[in-house]
Amino acid sequence: MNNTLIIGQYVPGNSLVHRLDPRTKIVIIFFFVFFIFFANSPASYGLLTLFAITSALTTKIKLPYILKGLKPVWFLIVFTFFLHLFVTKEGEVLLHIFTYPIYSDAVSQGTAISLRFFLLIMVTSLLTLTTTPIEITDAIESLLHPLKRINFPVHELALMMSISLRFIPTLIQETEKISKAQASRGVDFKTGSIKDRMQAIVPLLVPLFVSAFKRAEDLAMAMEARGYQGGEGRTKLRQLRVEKRDILAYVLFVCVLIGLFFTRS
Amino acid sequence: MDISFKNVSYTYQPNTPFEFTAIQDLSIDINSRSFVAIIGHTGSGKSTLIQHLNGLLHPTKGEITVGRFTLSANQKLKEMKELRRNVGVVFQYPEHQLFEETVAKDIAFGPKNFGVEQEEIGRRVDQAIKFVQLPEALLERSPFDLSGGQMRRASIAGVLAMNPQILVLDEPTAGLDPRGQEDMMEMFYKLHQEKQLTTILVTHSMEDALKYADKVIILNNGTKYMEGVPAELFLDKQALKKVQLDVPEVIEFLFEFERKFGVSLPYQKQSVSELATEIADRLKRS
Repeated sequence: MNNTLIIGQYVPGNSLVHRLDPRTKIVIIFFFVFFIFFANSPASYGLLTLFAITSALTTKIKLPYILKGLKPVWFLIVFTFFLHLFVTKEGEVLLHIFTYPIYSDAVSQGTAISLRFFLLIMVTSLLTLTTTPIEITDAIESLLHPLKRINFPVHELALMMSISLRFIPTLIQETEKISKAQASRGVDFKTGSIKDRMQAIVPLLVPLFVSAFKRAEDLAMAMEARGYQGGEGRTKLRQLRVEKRDILAYVLFVCVLIGLFFTRS
Repeated sequence: MDISFKNVSYTYQPNTPFEFTAIQDLSIDINSRSFVAIIGHTGSGKSTLIQHLNGLLHPTKGEITVGRFTLSANQKLKEMKELRRNVGVVFQYPEHQLFEETVAKDIAFGPKNFGVEQEEIGRRVDQAIKFVQLPEALLERSPFDLSGGQMRRASIAGVLAMNPQILVLDEPTAGLDPRGQEDMMEMFYKLHQEKQLTTILVTHSMEDALKYADKVIILNNGTKYMEGVPAELFLDKQALKKVQLDVPEVIEFLFEFERKFGVSLPYQKQSVSELATEIADRLKRS
């Protein structure tokens, strides 16, 4: 389990993208995902791809690594392409595969949709690749702040998020540890019938739940011992601040959007 | 069963920014029925090393032989289960692996997985619970009702019930009180002798290594730093200091004693109290 990668696992760094205010990154990515659906010409797709690739290169994380991290979704992207290729029946017939006609629109639509899909996932994974989970939670708390007026528990939500994010690696470690201990006692997680494998999960899940509940209790106790009492009047250790580079990023992004509307057909 | 590592390396998450080589070009030999202590500070590769012993990790480079089993970089072992039956591993804080409804069922879990017959399992459960010195009345209780120390013992019984020939212990006494630590080490030593096991002990306690081990291997940054008979190896204070390890109390005392009084006492596996009597005797005689 130590060898598997999670999509967009944070990679420490000091690039421009790493240092951007997390709110800037979230806002830009939100709108990018929204505006991807406005692209409809090769030029507009090219522009968005250029933006995505340039952002990826600016992170100074190696591009092959980013692409490898998308491994679990490659299948979906390829699948989408072929689905469109065989189902769409518009435009001229380009060629026949064993008497099955392939239409020109099918090729262009398949490419467009899977490219869209690819850009979507790549750009969102850039956020998590360059931003620590804590930064993301801080940003979400700050962005959702206006909702406080309608009594939405913004701070509590952010706290819940940061606690659960904080414990993901711990739980993964714990799972790995327990599965190794049980494997040493002869449990086989990898082979056997589905029923066998389902049964093999029990010796893993029970200890995992026991320790998760214990951890939760300990954490609650530790928080109370240090006088935690919710968000009221609580100040932040890490203040989020909009800097010049954030404004620059916004300006660049708006330029891309303007470009997008000119290149649309 | 003899164990040998030949130029073994292990890398976590190769070809990623998180790439980390935990063991590098490590060669060690462990004779059958010997008691070996593995020492090194945190991150020296001890835990990675022991996970190779029952095939939980596969070497990235090199080859490991455990008895008739061979683990190598590019070959999968077909008899993995057979290997695991022979190598019992007690992980750090083994009480985290308890899960069954009763202690008896949890102890029986290992043997059951390895296809031991029902009658034989019953016998082994009784034997194991006696060995870890838990009252038999606990067998029908839930493991989660036990105290911390009892849980530790119950989980160790679960490993012993597999009747392994090689017993791997990863800091088995961590988090126990001093008395409990001593009892537990005595228990393992007794087991080692009675069942003629090959025991591999990962520890931070120089005292335990000195007291029980036939051979000590010191790891540093994933490579072998020193190897030898404990009574000799622990005399090299300078070398130990370099990897932030201390000399055992008894030996430290003998050094000091010689420096202050100019009397050299030979080290013959005495405990601190035996040493005290020895000195008292000498004083009386002179």
